[in-house]
Amino acid sequence: MAKKMAIIATKGTLDMAYPPFILASTAAALGYDVQVFFTFYGLQLLRKDLSDVKISPLANPAMPMPIPMPVMVQMLPGMESMATMMMKQKLAKHGVASLEELRDLCLEADVKFIACQMTVDLFEFDKSEFIDNVEYGGAATFMGFAGDTDICLFV
Amino acid sequence: MNFDKELNARGLSCPLPIVKTKKSLADMTPGQILKVISTDTGSVKDMAAFAEQTGNALVAQEEVGGEFVFYMKKG
Repeated sequence: MAKKMAIIATKGTLDMAYPPFILASTAAALGYDVQVFFTFYGLQLLRKDLSDVKISPLANPAMPMPIPMPVMVQMLPGMESMATMMMKQKLAKHGVASLEELRDLCLEADVKFIACQMTVDLFEFDKSEFIDNVEYGGAATFMGFAGDTDICLFV
Repeated sequence: MNFDKELNARGLSCPLPIVKTKKSLADMTPGQILKVISTDTGSVKDMAAFAEQTGNALVAQEEVGGEFVFYMKKG
């Protein structure tokens, strides 16, 4: 029987969006049966349009910067968009797939995406803004799969 | 070395060489050889790990001018 992996994706920033999609697509390529449960800010990763997924240098002191940048500068308007643009350029330059591409590879490999219904209701998200290949469920739905996995990660 | 199919994974980073290798193997028959060319240094360990976990055999590998070439036999 195939090995199983479950991931709980709770973050909606560009840097934290990569690990769930990279691990899910890789595990699927290795023959794992994979499910990803998107909850809280992780739900942003299920939007059809991922252009609002950004990275902020603010409160992110480990982020490598081309030049040292004081926090007072990091909080200026436009800094987040600039950091996001620079990070995307860097990712593309190094041949790292875009989030959209990784997400498509996951779906192509039958990775199952579950969106947390409670969070959808809490933030009043419109389901029409999410991609189609998503199931909606709660923690118990996820546990049905997660309880029987070889790898279970919280991201 | 002879091969049946070639995958150009030049310029791609983790996990694309692995994911694309898996996809390329999908429509091949057991015993056929897939040649993969990668520039990702991480793929050296990853291709071996992929073979070990998927029942495919990494029958040969070499480094040619900064590129990594793998010959994966479908299991």
